[in-house]
Amino acid sequence: MTTMQRLLQLPVNAVNIVKTVQSQVQGQEEDKSPVLTPDNAQHSWYSALQPDELRHLRSGGSGGGGGGGDHEERAPLEDGSGGGSFQSQPLRHDDLKEMLDSNKDSLKLEAMKRIVAMIARGKNASDLFPAVVKNVACKNIEVKKLVYVYLVRYAEEQQDLALLSISTFQRGLKDPNQLIRASALRVLSSIRVTIIVPIMMLAIKEAASDMSPYVRKTAAHAIPKLYSLDPEQKDQLIEVIEKLLADKTTLVAGSVVMAFEEVCPERIDLIHKNYRKLCNLLIDVEEWGQVVIINMLTRYARTQFLNPNMNESLLEEGSGGDKTFYGSDEDEDDDEEEKDKKEEAHAMAKRKPYVMDPDHRLLLRNTKPLLQSRNAAVVMAVAQLYFHLAPKAEVGVIAKALVRLLRSHSEVQYVVLQNVATMTIKRRGMFEPYLKSFYIRSTDPTQIKVLKLEVLTNLANETNISTILREFQTYIKSMDKDFVAATIQAIGRCATNIGEVRDTCLNGLVQLLSNRDELVVAESVVVIKKLLQMQPEKHSDIIKHMAKLTDNIQVPMARASILWLIGEYCEHVPKIAPDVLRKMAKSFTNEEDIVKLQIINLAAKLYLTNSKQTKLLTQYVLNLAKYDQNYDIRDRARFIRQLIVPTEKSGALSKYAKKLFLALKPAPVLESPFKDRDHFQLGSLSHLLNAKAGGYQELPDWPEAAPDPSVRNVEVPEWTKCSSREKRKEKKVEKPFYSDSEGESGPTESADSESDSASGSESGSGSEESGSGSESEESEEGSESEEEEEEEDEDEKDKKKKKKQELKKPVQESESEQSSEEERKHQRKMKQCKSDTESESEEEDSESESSHSESEDSESEVEVKKKKKAAESKPPSKPVKKESKKEKKEMSLLDLDDFEPTPSPQVTPVNTFLSNSLVTDLEGLSLSDAVLSPATIAPSSALKSYELLHRITGEGLSVEYCFSRQPFSPDANMVAVQMQFTNNATSETKNLHMEDVKLQSGMRVKEFPEIELLPAGETATAVMGIDFCDSTQAANFQLCTHTRKFFVSIQPPVGELMRPVFLTENEFKKEQGQLMGMNEITEKLTLDVKCRNEHAIVQRVTTAANLSRVPCGSDKECRFAGRTVNSSSLVLVTVATKEEGAAQLTVNCEKMVIGTMLVKDILLALTQ
Amino acid sequence: MIHSLFLVNASGDIFLEKHWKSVVSRSVCDYFFEAQERATEPENVPPVIPTPHHYLISVLRHRIYFVAVIQSEVPPLFVIEFLHRVVDTFQDYFGVCTEAAIKDNVVVVYELLEEMLDNGFPLATESNILKELIKPPTILRTMVNTITGSTNVGEQLPTGQLSVVPWRRTGVKYTNNEAYFDVVEEIDAIIDKSGSTITAEIQGVIDACVKLTGMPDLTLSFMNPRLLDDVSFHPCVRFKRWEAERILSFIPPDGNFRLLSYHVSSQNLVAIPVYVKHNITFREGSSQGRFDLTLGPKQTMGKAVESVLVSSQLPRGVLNANLNPSQGTYTFDPVTKMLSWDVGKINPQKLPSLKGTMSLQAGASKPDENPTINIQLKIQQMAISGLKVNRLDMYGEKYKPFKGIKYMTKAGKFQVRT
Repeated sequence: MTTMQRLLQLPVNAVNIVKTVQSQVQGQEEDKSPVLTPDNAQHSWYSALQPDELRHLRSGGSGGGGGGGDHEERAPLEDGSGGGSFQSQPLRHDDLKEMLDSNKDSLKLEAMKRIVAMIARGKNASDLFPAVVKNVACKNIEVKKLVYVYLVRYAEEQQDLALLSISTFQRGLKDPNQLIRASALRVLSSIRVTIIVPIMMLAIKEAASDMSPYVRKTAAHAIPKLYSLDPEQKDQLIEVIEKLLADKTTLVAGSVVMAFEEVCPERIDLIHKNYRKLCNLLIDVEEWGQVVIINMLTRYARTQFLNPNMNESLLEEGSGGDKTFYGSDEDEDDDEEEKDKKEEAHAMAKRKPYVMDPDHRLLLRNTKPLLQSRNAAVVMAVAQLYFHLAPKAEVGVIAKALVRLLRSHSEVQYVVLQNVATMTIKRRGMFEPYLKSFYIRSTDPTQIKVLKLEVLTNLANETNISTILREFQTYIKSMDKDFVAATIQAIGRCATNIGEVRDTCLNGLVQLLSNRDELVVAESVVVIKKLLQMQPEKHSDIIKHMAKLTDNIQVPMARASILWLIGEYCEHVPKIAPDVLRKMAKSFTNEEDIVKLQIINLAAKLYLTNSKQTKLLTQYVLNLAKYDQNYDIRDRARFIRQLIVPTEKSGALSKYAKKLFLALKPAPVLESPFKDRDHFQLGSLSHLLNAKAGGYQELPDWPEAAPDPSVRNVEVPEWTKCSSREKRKEKKVEKPFYSDSEGESGPTESADSESDSASGSESGSGSEESGSGSESEESEEGSESEEEEEEEDEDEKDKKKKKKQELKKPVQESESEQSSEEERKHQRKMKQCKSDTESESEEEDSESESSHSESEDSESEVEVKKKKKAAESKPPSKPVKKESKKEKKEMSLLDLDDFEPTPSPQVTPVNTFLSNSLVTDLEGLSLSDAVLSPATIAPSSALKSYELLHRITGEGLSVEYCFSRQPFSPDANMVAVQMQFTNNATSETKNLHMEDVKLQSGMRVKEFPEIELLPAGETATAVMGIDFCDSTQAANFQLCTHTRKFFVSIQPPVGELMRPVFLTENEFKKEQGQLMGMNEITEKLTLDVKCRNEHAIVQRVTTAANLSRVPCGSDKECRFAGRTVNSSSLVLVTVATKEEGAAQLTVNCEKMVIGTMLVKDILLALTQ
Repeated sequence: MIHSLFLVNASGDIFLEKHWKSVVSRSVCDYFFEAQERATEPENVPPVIPTPHHYLISVLRHRIYFVAVIQSEVPPLFVIEFLHRVVDTFQDYFGVCTEAAIKDNVVVVYELLEEMLDNGFPLATESNILKELIKPPTILRTMVNTITGSTNVGEQLPTGQLSVVPWRRTGVKYTNNEAYFDVVEEIDAIIDKSGSTITAEIQGVIDACVKLTGMPDLTLSFMNPRLLDDVSFHPCVRFKRWEAERILSFIPPDGNFRLLSYHVSSQNLVAIPVYVKHNITFREGSSQGRFDLTLGPKQTMGKAVESVLVSSQLPRGVLNANLNPSQGTYTFDPVTKMLSWDVGKINPQKLPSLKGTMSLQAGASKPDENPTINIQLKIQQMAISGLKVNRLDMYGEKYKPFKGIKYMTKAGKFQVRT
């Protein structure tokens, strides 16, 4: 007997007892039935076969080759084959037991392999427990491992017997080899037996202070195991977690944070002291740990730092989140404005300049490189961290990485797309450059297609809608009908969100109505219905067309939609509607319920509007409905009859029947299903399911005021954050002081800011990190002693001194640039010699400063220069000052130049004296557009002026504006708007200026200079510039006087969004040739009687749009060209006249939206 | 974290189960089967399925579903990524990851799963560490094992897990020291009906096979690193070095691994190596359709286009196709309506074409969609983006290794709409 067996004497005896008892029992029972357990165990012998035999059996099975399937098929066969096989079953298990009892390791191994195979197939092998467990201390490693597997699987069921193995593990915990200690702890903690909880607790505590980081890691893993076994140990476990959180090795970090998340995610206070360490270790932690740590830190940051988008969030909402704006109507705007005001007031109260906490910056900086990880989960974790925590301007970096993940497996795509869909709602601009990456391939699985469609729809805006719609057109032809249906819905959503393409979309959808596939037609009908609800007047012909469809289309939902439309807008189709009802009445009995309800609805509405024709029909329908099988329909019929057919009994309600039925219904809002999903932490299971999963930790809201940042300070004497922070504050105070009078603060100051730029600069610290990273990996050995640290601290001090000394020199030599380079190199070298912890703290330090220096990069540079000069000598500093002053003055002069001339000349445009024909003739003469400035070409037929503020609402102040069509010199992308202020009041008005400009994203305004005084009865003019971003969205702002504020808005006609360009005939033709297809819009028209000569046409077109004429050989055609102000897309207009006032208008423009609107405007100008 | 794992084959049988915490009954998979039935295509089973008490997160690889059972909140990508890692490991160990291979090696599979997760949290996923713990089965080793009675499980304890370079095992020795790098680029493109490119991008990877003694420290530099727009690295690559100098510096794992995957910036125009002339028409009323396809090389920089394979999902109405290839062979599966044409090498002098007729269901109206054409191809000795490796240096070891670099271009998701 070996020592081991002696130690396990008890188990062996116990096992023998158990075995004999069992075999007796089995001997009796198993003749009758082999079923030892309820779980299909009659086949358990089967899994114990030799692998070869197994294969044999399998190949004999059906082509599917499924193990389980074979069982099902074979089971009756075996049963039928008689008792012979039954007898062999217990024998087999006995075989295994015998093999396990034998002295040969190879036999044991063979037995264990078969048992593990049984477990793997889900067969019950629990009756072998005693035989297996006594091999727990087997010398053979593989046997031992397999025994562990078995033990962990069945210990819970056989708690008493499992106890027998404990002593082995306890011994293992004391082994000198760290790996044996670790594996003993691992198995011990995996045995789910409540009695050993105290032993486990003890083992974990001991292991948590083990020398080896690997054992400590295992201890961290054991914590959640114990917690799930006995939650009452929580308090003790938290102590262990706290201890392990302070561990400095990367090996432990991931595991302990995981334990933290499972046991006590609410104890965020435990993180404070370890926050900076975790941030710095992050990049070296194994990838799975990274995911857990990043997710936890996201939550942590949300509780500890201020919202970096505090000020911007206002803007964001001010622009209505882009999305709501399109859908909303005027009245909603008012609400929004009110809301905005409130929020502004709120924000005003706490409008302090936002300074990002250096720790916040540290987190963002240290996670960023992980976007390059090969592990999709890590990338996603960083992406969500940036989405939730980063300032708006920095979130963009994650887009590229997420798009990269789309190349991965389809499951990864699925999850990433879901998250991207949520992100695109909040931050559309981020993914816009990657629009094409979301294009759909025919080989994508349907669920991916639908998600990509969702993203594409979210990304659609005025500028890219044409490309997206073109792409959608190809999708509609797909064979995947679910996908086609989703595409049609997507088109519907684009149409509701982007008003300019609504007609185009509607036309496209109407064309789909003649599609052969019924599902496609049905889906289109439903979407068209929603779209029509927005502007029914204009589309009576579509309604007519749809009425015809009732003959063919069979899908109930579509039929119901059509009927609803006809009923709702029966006034627009007065002739057809009764006829449809007649047809429907005929087929009423055969319709689906949903259709029947709509037939009744239609009948009621028609009865109310056109009772003469439809009275009988309605009554017929109602009678049919009265005896319908469905009670809903019967009820509805009864209800409606009472309501619409006036009888003596009918109450007051019937008077209002018309109002009830024909009330104006609000148009449906087509919303993304991903709206508002971002209140779940992105990348989480809960977000994916849009429902809270068990154990989900809410992402807290940003705190109103930042909690005390000093809690994260670690007590390392020299290196506290506070000092650096204080330093910074000091500097801040000094800053204004030193821009006023330089030179005084002297070398210390400059040295300080020097060190800032040196240590804080990205490249410097970057390379330093790489150096320390690789070096430390080799030189570091897990635990380091306190002494070392102290030494290093001293080193550090020395170095600082050196640094300062060195830095003083360059200042004196006034070669700061070069020397700082050297200095940086020097630093790098020094740092490479240092070890891990030290460089960490060093980093921390540099970071705290860098966040500061980053924000004021340019400033500090200027400072450096100034100081340089100041150090050289005092006198030269004065000229510098003067220079800068001069510059400033010049600047302001320039500004005045821009603004001043505009008011006077433009009031009386000179060009009016030239007839239009002359202008065009001149154009023909000119050689290139460079010669003639656009301003002179601009036709100046009296500029149309619009009212901005009426005399009465303005309390005496009236304001008119016109688009002067002059280039706005401060910014060529802006449209010049000339405003004329007239003071009709008796008193003077002071301080006319504008405030509180509300704009769509991308738009910009250059305000007009304040008019200080406007005496009574006087008139003044001013020019402002607005960059409309090539859209006809209004610019809203407040016009303020010294007493009042007026809300006003300027909305440009589309024709003013362009500036004329000169093209030759050939150029024109060439450009036109490139803008065919989707970009060309042709419309036939009959010219107004007064507008049948060339001059009149030219005049009217140029009045409607700021275009210049293009010379043309034929007198039947007038051509005009221009470019949009913002994006310089070419706009080409051709008016071809024919006999008797007929004409054809062609507009070619890259921007479909602009083109469509321009066509409308010019049509209007030419026909009236 | 991950509670249990079930492996389900194509016919819906659970053929392996593994539990890391308490046992979850396999009846939980019924929810999965339900979803599987609902999905028309195997890849349309949603990866995440909520059930009353658990969540099922599944991955489909090699026609096997890997279904993980989750009990509480965990990032879904975490699980998905891990499951893919499991499959990769199996593939690495057994060569293929099929049901048969897993069943034959069920013990090794079990040992692997045991090492990869502890209490549902990933423990060792680096294949180098795993291989130290559990030796992959080879024919030789199984023979030796049966004779000598030794085992698959490493006798040594896994030191890799403790080292600072966890991806590399210690004490590696080779007689021939060699390092091979394959630069493989794939073109993803969608080509319009008219032949114009709607979107095209290049995704590339550098796969390495490094068999070097000791602890070599390698640096790999490119002639034109600016081309690489978006990169993701094996953990061994020193990120800061890349940021600062655009050099790949790393201590490689032993054996095969993926060093880098990258995306070539979209500003660069992507060369499309082939063009397709197609004329696929269905006439109204007749039960015949015409099929005419010609391939030709476009921008190949003088290299031959090889292993061309054209496949296309024809509309459902097509009963059969009677085609005539000028080279190669074609097959048409009348059940799935999948047409595939194995072209082989494109000869620029005599362009390969596939012409003929398709017979349609009699009386059925003409299909309103045209099939898209998927193309696979290979071009040897060229990276289409023009990426070139400048040099490979080794530090830390004395010997001189043999170095090799191979370039290849492939078509990724290359689609032509017709």
